[in-house]
Amino acid sequence: MTDVAAGSQTDKPKVAFYWCASCGGCEEAVVDLAEKILDVVAAVDIVFWPVALDFKRKDVEAMEDGSILASFINGAVRTTEQEEMVRLLRRKSRLVIAFGSCSHMGGIPGLANLWDRKSIFETAYRDTPSTVNPEGVYPLPEFKDNGRSVTLPGFYDTVRALNQVAEVDYYLPGCAPTPKLLGQAVEGLLSGELPLKGTVLSPDVALCDECPRKETKPETLTVTEFLRPHQLILDEEECLLAQGVLCMGPATRAGCEALCIQANMPCTGCFGPTSRVKDQGAKALAGFASMVDSNDEEEIEKILSGIVDPVGTLYRYSLPASLLRRKRAEKVS
Amino acid sequence: MLETTTKPVETVPATYEPKIVAFFCNWCTYLAADLAGTFRLDYAPNIRIIRVMCSGRIDPQFVLDAFAKGAAGVLIGGCHPGDCHYEAGNYKALRRFHLLRSVLQEMGIEEERFRLEWLSAAEADQLKKAVDDMVAKVRALGPLHLETPEEHFAEEVMVS
Repeated sequence: MTDVAAGSQTDKPKVAFYWCASCGGCEEAVVDLAEKILDVVAAVDIVFWPVALDFKRKDVEAMEDGSILASFINGAVRTTEQEEMVRLLRRKSRLVIAFGSCSHMGGIPGLANLWDRKSIFETAYRDTPSTVNPEGVYPLPEFKDNGRSVTLPGFYDTVRALNQVAEVDYYLPGCAPTPKLLGQAVEGLLSGELPLKGTVLSPDVALCDECPRKETKPETLTVTEFLRPHQLILDEEECLLAQGVLCMGPATRAGCEALCIQANMPCTGCFGPTSRVKDQGAKALAGFASMVDSNDEEEIEKILSGIVDPVGTLYRYSLPASLLRRKRAEKVS
Repeated sequence: MLETTTKPVETVPATYEPKIVAFFCNWCTYLAADLAGTFRLDYAPNIRIIRVMCSGRIDPQFVLDAFAKGAAGVLIGGCHPGDCHYEAGNYKALRRFHLLRSVLQEMGIEEERFRLEWLSAAEADQLKKAVDDMVAKVRALGPLHLETPEEHFAEEVMVS
């Protein structure tokens, strides 16, 4: 690492950061490296980072193909511009790293796959109480006026995870990835000791494995009522599932060191599943449903009605990467 | 005009035959299907039976995978309540069935496409009725048309 850092500016490996459909929290996660970021900056040249540096798309286009060592891309892919940028960075980079839940699995923006462009536009530009739009003006990819033309990126019906748009070499999971995991990933990149392509750079075991409340998990988990965190005063030491609160821990990959649980909130599943699981939501569903302490159909339904938003709970970060990926097209009669 | 590019469901062609994946437990429903064969009962040939040791073994991932790979319906068959060879597997299947059904509905997959039946080894006739009924209902609904983002990418354009 010191050798690389001592080299001239042009010898340093080049790194790029980009954001697609995301909240900006992943950019914050880079800054959260705190003083460690100085080591990173000393070791690499950041050649593109729209949130922090003034390099433009044309600067990236001017680079030679494969000249960037690694591009860290966060956010899901929703627009034509995001798709183009992902393809461009893929061409210019030796490695593409999906950074955070949204690029890993579609993330929270991916829940929009329960709708499509038409229904989203109609809600946002017509139906919300604060909207006044009597002429029914919706965003257009191109608008011409007096011979001048303005453009906007196209808006897709379906939100995609990064690997549904371009080849991805590694995944840094989390909403957002922790500084520790990012630090380890950067060290791995610089030392050249890289794991198998396609690896999620976090331990491949369930979160329960590193949960501080692991010992309080009963042999058999049963519940007669599912509760949301605001409906009870949560014990700070007992397994959250044993308290009847939906904790995605058993269906979620470890690596965050149970951050939310340490703050007395249940896991919502942002690290995604382990490598043995195809569909995180389905796996969590099997676990939650099995906990229901009744053999009576009516009572089972009543207890399960405590899960008020099944898709939003089970697939909070993973709908585009799930087996079904999006809601089916509406039936036209 | 705003239009969506996700393909609308077309009218069902007269010759349409749905494929239905049926997960049958080894101890009851699979034997019912076996018995239906022995009796030479005629029933709709649309189901593809997959034998599992217990209805409790049916991971919700199996069901979603079947739909994602083109099944128009999924049928689960297990032992009657109280009759599970492993005591409680069918109750686990029942609980998962209810939660999975609400997820499928939210994802736009109609109720009739996902069904649970308790059928003992002796109930060949009931199996015939259940399969015929489900096939008729799913046939009327038509194909599922689930699309993957990959297939869908090139077709998606901004409509202006």
